[in-house]
Amino acid sequence: MIFFSAFIFSGLVCAIAQMILDNTNLTPGHVTSLFTVLGAILSFLGLYEKLIDFAGAGATVLISNFGHMLYQGGLIGLNESGLIGCFTHLLTKASAAIVSAVVFSAILSFIFKPKD
Amino acid sequence: MNKDEYKKLVKSLTPKENKVKNTLLAFLSGGIVGVLGELEIYILMNFCGVSRTEAFIWLCISLIFIGCFLTSLGFFDNLVTKFKAGLIIPTTGFAHSISSSALDYKKDGLITGLGANFFKLAGSVILYGILSAFLLLMIRMVIECLV
Repeated sequence: MIFFSAFIFSGLVCAIAQMILDNTNLTPGHVTSLFTVLGAILSFLGLYEKLIDFAGAGATVLISNFGHMLYQGGLIGLNESGLIGCFTHLLTKASAAIVSAVVFSAILSFIFKPKD
Repeated sequence: MNKDEYKKLVKSLTPKENKVKNTLLAFLSGGIVGVLGELEIYILMNFCGVSRTEAFIWLCISLIFIGCFLTSLGFFDNLVTKFKAGLIIPTTGFAHSISSSALDYKKDGLITGLGANFFKLAGSVILYGILSAFLLLMIRMVIECLV
């Protein structure tokens, strides 16, 4: 039944985001940053792993997963080599998201022309 | 015309959006993105022999590719006006913000245009993500030292 819980969870988070966008003056930029920070905080509290067990991809398609990956990458470094590990390992897990976004956007922006 | 009258006039002229409908649309579209993601995980794990951790990384990469591709084709903004936050909050929104600034500023040159404005919109996500993750790690380190 993980498909059902994935639908409910990611749907609910997007509905909450839409309510914030409709009822306040915050822009999509504010909301995505807010959800990234929330993801890192939930990961700090150890709740995000449980959310992924419960909702599967419903929790990993969201931008808050980016904060979760940052925190988990740093945590591996912290356990391995302390403070210096935080600096060297923070981006390890989130690397896939940043690198793919940079590579795909750069290549596609060379190929395509902006449309108005 | 004083300030209050002006505010009333502006309020009466601003087009009213149906908030309930917007929320329902965001719920549906966000849910569909989640289900499609879960479907991809299911296919990768059962038919391609990929482990669950790797499947999540492939999902993240493919979502970003879809976001960049739709933005480059010019479809993404239309989809967002139709389906609202259901496409902004998933990782596709992050890809869209990088891809759209890359496309928009390409005309100003490779360094001063594309390079300087590449992270214009996505920069806040990366900045506050890294900052909050680092500070939380520091808090954890202090707690571990004390306990």
